[in-house]
Amino acid sequence: MSGVRVLVGTRKGAFILTADGKRGKWDVSGPHFAGWEIYHVKGSPADPNRIYASQSSGWFGQVLQVSDDGGKTWNAPGGDIKIGPEAMQAGKSNKFAYDTSEATGKPLTTHQWYDGTQHPWEFKRVWHLEPSHTDPETVYAGVEDAALFRSTDGAKSWHELPGLRGHGTGPKWQPGAGGMCLHTIILDRGNPGRIYIAISAAGAFRSDDSGKTWKPINKGLKSQFLPDPTVEVGHCVHHVAMHPTRPNTLFMQKHWDVMRTDNAGDEWREVSGNLPTDFGFVIDVHAHEPETVYVVPIKSDGEHFPLEGKLRVYRSRTGGNEWEPLTKGLPQRDCFVNVLRDAMAVDSLDSCGVYFGTTGGQVYASSDAGDNWAPIVRDLPPVLSVEVQTLR
Amino acid sequence: MNQIRVVLPPHLRTLARVSGEVQVRLEGNVTQRAILDALESQYPMLCGTIRDHVTHQRRPFLRFFACAEDWSHEGADAPLPDAIAAGAEPFLIVGAIAGG
Repeated sequence: MSGVRVLVGTRKGAFILTADGKRGKWDVSGPHFAGWEIYHVKGSPADPNRIYASQSSGWFGQVLQVSDDGGKTWNAPGGDIKIGPEAMQAGKSNKFAYDTSEATGKPLTTHQWYDGTQHPWEFKRVWHLEPSHTDPETVYAGVEDAALFRSTDGAKSWHELPGLRGHGTGPKWQPGAGGMCLHTIILDRGNPGRIYIAISAAGAFRSDDSGKTWKPINKGLKSQFLPDPTVEVGHCVHHVAMHPTRPNTLFMQKHWDVMRTDNAGDEWREVSGNLPTDFGFVIDVHAHEPETVYVVPIKSDGEHFPLEGKLRVYRSRTGGNEWEPLTKGLPQRDCFVNVLRDAMAVDSLDSCGVYFGTTGGQVYASSDAGDNWAPIVRDLPPVLSVEVQTLR
Repeated sequence: MNQIRVVLPPHLRTLARVSGEVQVRLEGNVTQRAILDALESQYPMLCGTIRDHVTHQRRPFLRFFACAEDWSHEGADAPLPDAIAAGAEPFLIVGAIAGG
């Protein structure tokens, strides 16, 4: 029997929402890791029972948690209690150490700070976890300060892919208001060597050799807040989405502007079209229609809430430019929540489900591709991320 | 061999799956570094949560207390009071107060 499992990260814990394929009645479990910030929770495509969670706090730093039973129980990999002579074999699961070896990363000591001066790279937290399509033990982590890490042992140990920070533009990267985070990781199922990532505020980057070497892919982006609006790096990319059958086509929600590329990022063009505002954070693609795209327009960079107090998802069935508001079941007055960059996802049931979470603690679901919406939960802590597993 | 009592903040007790005080055994000098080394060895999931993985610097929102004195800014290898070494008093790891 088919069903869905919605993985929700919030400011004060993780929640797991499950339903059968009808998606009408939901069970809610949580909070898992109560009191901790959960930036991201994501399941392995290769083993749906394997789920990774990024758990962090201002007091205690970063912890990684792993479940092998679909989120019922969790453990910190490498964190088994050890008493006795072997006890010095300490756990490593939450250790993210930048590569500072001579051969790779040693020159990568600073990036640009808000005031334009150089600032040391300092690890803060994991923003995004991206499990491998084929191996449940392999998972990528996008972290703040921006870097890409990979684990091949189920998150027990992590190693940086230093070619990203080391390819040459690293000293020009700078933090956005939320920090200098690597927030988007896209793995191409059909081309294992290809990885896309995005950083705020640096831009998008592509590797075609499994993360060894990287190139910026920001041609066509224009950011008016930059001294040179078309500069190679420095753009505040908020999120990027790809349909698995169209690996050369990417959709981007930038700080301002919704963008599209059809050549793997070599050139971008704006597809904001008739959106009422093209500022926003989330963007996603329909599971079965590669030209159907969703965004949630936000008023402006200074006012992070919907226009006119109306929460509206906009859908384009033409790959951008022509957008329609989706409002049925969403609040159309006095709504001043935000939808953060990793807080939208789709399922792959026959009738595509679309889900998003808000900073007001609501998680909304549509089981008909956005035509009608209903809240699954209304009163969670502020939602940081939403991911969906389609269970068959 | 010294039996050291350690009081963890509630979130770290949950993470370590313990309740109340924990105890670690030490040989040699009883110092902050020795206690934290033993604690992380016994409860590896606490690695990185009290002090930085790489620099071993205390996390800024945590403080260390021994016998009602703040030891947060003392050297990591400074001997702690005899009462800590004897297990008469616990070594306290305290989180900053949250809220506004």
